[in-house]
Amino acid sequence: MIRVTRSAVIDAPIERIWAVLRDFNSHWAWHPAVGESSIENDEPPDQVGCVRNFFLKDGNHIREQLLALSDRDHISTYCILEATLPMKRYVATVQLKPVTDGNRTFWHWQSTFEAPRGREREFADLVGKGVYEGGFEGLRAYLRRGSPAPARAANAGAMQCQVSVATAFGGPEVLQLENRAAPAPGAGEVRIRQTAVGVNYIDVYVRKGQYRMIEPPAPIGMEAAGEVVDVGEGVAHLLPGDRVAYACPPPGAYASVRTLAADQVVVLPDDLSEETAAAVMLKGMTAEYLLHRTVRVRPGQAVLVHAAAGGVGLLLCQWAKALGAKVIGTVSSEDKARLARANGCDFPILTSNYRFATEVKNLTNGRGAEVIYDGLGREAAAENLEALAFTGHWICYGQASGPHDSLPDLGSKSGTLSRPVLFHYTADRAVLNEMAERVFAALRAGTIRVEIRHRYPLAAAAQAHRELEARRTTGSVLLLP
Amino acid sequence: MIKVYTSSVIEAPAEAVWAQVRDFNGLPKWTPFVAESRIEGGMPADRIGCVRNFRLKDGGLIREQLLTLSDYDYQCSYSILESPMGVENYVATLKLTPVTDGNRTFAEWWAEFDCAPERERELAQNIGQGVFQSAFNSLKQLLR
Repeated sequence: MIRVTRSAVIDAPIERIWAVLRDFNSHWAWHPAVGESSIENDEPPDQVGCVRNFFLKDGNHIREQLLALSDRDHISTYCILEATLPMKRYVATVQLKPVTDGNRTFWHWQSTFEAPRGREREFADLVGKGVYEGGFEGLRAYLRRGSPAPARAANAGAMQCQVSVATAFGGPEVLQLENRAAPAPGAGEVRIRQTAVGVNYIDVYVRKGQYRMIEPPAPIGMEAAGEVVDVGEGVAHLLPGDRVAYACPPPGAYASVRTLAADQVVVLPDDLSEETAAAVMLKGMTAEYLLHRTVRVRPGQAVLVHAAAGGVGLLLCQWAKALGAKVIGTVSSEDKARLARANGCDFPILTSNYRFATEVKNLTNGRGAEVIYDGLGREAAAENLEALAFTGHWICYGQASGPHDSLPDLGSKSGTLSRPVLFHYTADRAVLNEMAERVFAALRAGTIRVEIRHRYPLAAAAQAHRELEARRTTGSVLLLP
Repeated sequence: MIKVYTSSVIEAPAEAVWAQVRDFNGLPKWTPFVAESRIEGGMPADRIGCVRNFRLKDGGLIREQLLTLSDYDYQCSYSILESPMGVENYVATLKLTPVTDGNRTFAEWWAEFDCAPERERELAQNIGQGVFQSAFNSLKQLLR
C-alpha cells in the first residue's frame, strides 16, 4: 500500500477555502490538471455518495465518489471508482485547519492506494506532485484571480468616498451628496468599492423617519454590490478582489466606498453581474422568503400580489407562476398591467383607489386569495380582509400608504396575518447563504428576471426617490457611484 | 466544558520543533513564562505518568501530569493536577504536523477544561493567547 501525504499553508481564511473545496465538482475550476468534470445524475456536489466524472488534461478519465463530508471539521473523503490509470483502492482525505494567529489555513491532503509493482514511485509522484502540489498552487491562483493590484491593496488608511446623506427627515430634497471617508475595516468588517446600489422603498421610509433606523444627518440605503478592497481580522469568507453584494441594515449603502460588518456580505457567482446583484439581493431574497418561508406557495393556490409591476411585485409574479400558483395582481396603469402580465401575472387588476376585493372574488369563484402579498398598508386593509380566502394567509411586508390603524378582524376569515421583515430571516448567515443561493439559482434558471430600467448617478439619489414615490418607475432602480 | 484552540505555523522542520517541545521538563528553555521546572520522583521526563512541578515567573506553582507522548505523531497531552488558575478537568494536547510545502511546521495546541461560567472568557483568553500563543511566539524566535 502506498501512502502519499502533502500539506500546505494557504493565505486565505478557512471558510473561504472550504467554500470551494466542499463542492466536489469545483476542481475543474481551480485544479490545473483537471479538464471537464460533472456530477453524475445531477446530484448536488456536496451530497455524500455523489460521483464526479472527469477528464484529466492528459486525457485520462476518472470517476470518484464522495464518501464523507464534514462542514464542522472541514474534512472531505473520496475514492476512485473507475480510472484509466492502473491505481487500485485509492482513498483520499482532504482536511483544512485554521491557523489562528494570522487568518491562514493549513491544508492536509493524504491518500492510500496500490499501483502496479515497480511503478509505485511513478504513481506516488503523480499523486503527490501532479495532483496535490499542483492543486495547492492551482487553488492559490484561483483565490488570487481578480485580486486588486498591490498598489490598491496597500491602502491601509481611510479612503475618500462620496455618500448620499439624509440631512434631515423629510422629502427627497433632504438627500445630499457629501464627501466622506470610509475607514479601514476593523475586526469582522469588510470595505467594499461599490459599483451598483439598489434603491428600495424601505429607503423612502428611512428617509422620512417612518422607520427610525437613522438619526440625520446619516447615509441611507440597504443594498449594494461591488468589489472587496480589504477585510478586517477574523473575516473568514471574503478576500480582497472578491465580487460581493449585500442587503442588510444599518442604512448606508448609498456610497461609492463602504465599510460594514462582513457577516451579511455574500460572494457573487461568476455569472452574475454586480448591477444585477444590486438590483436583486433585497427584492430577490424578499421574494424568496415570502414564497418559500413565511408560507410555502403550492401549485393551484390563488395568490394576490399588490403592486404587481413593482420591484418585488414582478419577482413575486414570476416566481409564484413558476411554482404553479394562480397569480392575481393589482397595478395602477395599463402599462403596468401589461408588464405584470408579461411577468407571470395571470390576472392584473387595474385600480388606483385600492378597490380590488370584488374582482379577486370573481376570479376565484368567490373564495378569495389563499395568500395575499401586501405592501400597501392602511388604505387597502379593509379590501384585503375582504379578498382573503377562509384560512388564508395575509402577509403584510410593506406599508406604502401607512401602517395599519389596528389589527384587522382576522376572526372573520380564520386568517393569519404575518408582518415579516427580511432582516430577521437573513440574521443567521447560514440561512442568508441558502436564500442568496436560491435567488442566484432562480436567476440562472430564468425563473426570475430583473429588469433594470432606471439608472441614476449617486448624486441624483433625490431624483430617484421622487420617481419611485411618484410610482413612475417599474422594475428595479439603481444608483451608480 | 470549554475548549480553547490555538494554532500557528513555525518556520522550521517538524523534527526541530519537536526536539524542543518533547522534553516535558523543558518549559523554562522555550516558554517565556516558566522560571523553573523539575520532574517529581526523579522519573525520566518522557515517561507516561511523570509529573512536572514548575514555577511561573509570576510565582504561581503548577503540577502537570504527562498522559501521552508520541514521537511518531509529534503529539503529547497532559493534565493539570494543581494550579492557581481555578480550572478543573484540564487536559491539553500539543500536536505538530509537517507542512510538506516549504518544510515548515503546523503547530496546534488545545485544552478542554471546566471553570466557573463567569471566568470562561478570561481563562480562554489567558490560556489561548497568554500561554499557547506566547509559547508559539517564543518557539518562532528560538527556531528562526
